[in-house]
Amino acid sequence: MDQPALDVASVTVQFGSRRVLDGVTFQLRRGEFTGLIGSNGAGKTTLLRVILGQQSPDQGTVTIAGGRHGAVGYVPQKFLLDPDMPLRGRDLVALGLDGHRLGLPRPSRQRRERVQAMLAAVGAERFADARVGRLSGGEQQRILIAHALISEPQLLLLDEPLANLDLRSAKEVVSLLAQIAREQRIAVLISAHEMNPLLPVMDRVVYLADGRAVSGTTDEVIRTDVLSHLYGHHVDVLRLHGRVVVVAGDIDDHHADHGVLEVD
Amino acid sequence: MAGGERAEVFSGFMVNAWVVATMVAVVGGAIGFFIVMRSSAFVAHAIPNGSFAGAAGATLVGANPLLGLAVFSLAGALGISLLGRRARHDVATALTLVFMLGLGSLFLSFRVEDAEAVYSLLFGEVLGIGSNQVWPTLALSLASLLALALLWRPLLLDSVLPGSARGSSRVRLELAFLVIVALATTMTVPVVGTALIFSLMVGPAAAARAFTVRPHVALALSVALAVVIVWIAIAWSYNTNWPIGFFVGALSASAFLIGRAWSVASRRLGGARHRAPAGELSP
Repeated sequence: MDQPALDVASVTVQFGSRRVLDGVTFQLRRGEFTGLIGSNGAGKTTLLRVILGQQSPDQGTVTIAGGRHGAVGYVPQKFLLDPDMPLRGRDLVALGLDGHRLGLPRPSRQRRERVQAMLAAVGAERFADARVGRLSGGEQQRILIAHALISEPQLLLLDEPLANLDLRSAKEVVSLLAQIAREQRIAVLISAHEMNPLLPVMDRVVYLADGRAVSGTTDEVIRTDVLSHLYGHHVDVLRLHGRVVVVAGDIDDHHADHGVLEVD
Repeated sequence: MAGGERAEVFSGFMVNAWVVATMVAVVGGAIGFFIVMRSSAFVAHAIPNGSFAGAAGATLVGANPLLGLAVFSLAGALGISLLGRRARHDVATALTLVFMLGLGSLFLSFRVEDAEAVYSLLFGEVLGIGSNQVWPTLALSLASLLALALLWRPLLLDSVLPGSARGSSRVRLELAFLVIVALATTMTVPVVGTALIFSLMVGPAAAARAFTVRPHVALALSVALAVVIVWIAIAWSYNTNWPIGFFVGALSASAFLIGRAWSVASRRLGGARHRAPAGELSP
């Protein structure tokens, strides 16, 4: 296949004596939907910051197809928009198109249509003219995705986009992102501490634990032997009613509770 | 209120007051839009209040108070920007304000006899504006408005999603914004006073956002409200001899309260309007 959309090679980041990322290596291809899974403190946010160019790695390289950090769309973590802000979802999406430019925007039919098409692509037409800060979490998430996508990046990063969504909105956002990855031929990388909402659509997984990573298809990675090796101690991968629970061998060890223990 | 008295409000030296105050209101309303968007109300309070020390210092050495205002408000903007980290700077703002206020009281203590003139900067003296103030104010107004127009999209984006601009460009953007606030401060202080620029920059803009969801309409509305507030304040101040600052403050606060009431009322009605089509369309 062609050049990977993102090539992360042996990235190591050290904060003082703490090694936050340790030789992290993986590649993302266009059209693929990848989950970046790990518990809090595993290094997910640091890895995203390295990819965005906000943090330089102590060792290793990050190569983005096209070679520029600007070619990356990014949806930040748990963003709460000011509810009183005089701004429509439509305006926020338009800012994704040319918000970095100086001068007043020149309204044109072409610009309007492009924003409208993007709103349609994320299913946000219905609430595009409402005050964006008063939309629900899932609706704001769609607007932010459209904002990140309208500049046509090859790579879309989302930091914990499901963190403050209810189950139904989370499912909708996940299937929307998988659809966008396939239809628009974009590499989508979404970080999450809980992998179950992603399981049905995830093409690949990058699993982070204590700064080290394994990557591959879900079946290659989410296995007892692979994850035990990654954690450096025994963990069990249990499948319950189509959900995956990773349980540490020792009950007192809270390192490995990425799954949710209650079952619907 | 006699008819003759009303006519005088628009005549003679009062023309300067109307012209300068209108320019001040336009710029205050426009910058206020971003101050409220960026939650920088504390900065809008600190830069003008600190800059009064500059006027005091200029009076002390016999220089033009306007120059002192300009130097101190720019120094304040730089201080806040350099001391603040990652554009989160309320502690830096407070320190800058406290330091400049301290300087101001020191300068005033040296020349007690001029204190009266400097105190008037605290509350404004729009009725005493001379024709020599018209051109500097016009120049500063145009510079501020031009800078705002140039930075419209980056500032708006950075206000909405503070993570969007990366690293150094973000620091530069914040600095540019603070310099615009400083310019506006320099021209506004002699008219409405340091204590009340704050209300002119925050009240109309905060009120305006309740009435519209469109950013450019909110900006226009903020400017219009600021102009109307200043005009009414001049007329009432002329007729009552009460300080203009009182009227600007009271009217700004009223506008804000009306905006809040409107916002609450329209959310009760508009909330239902927003939900209705949602119910129809979802499966």
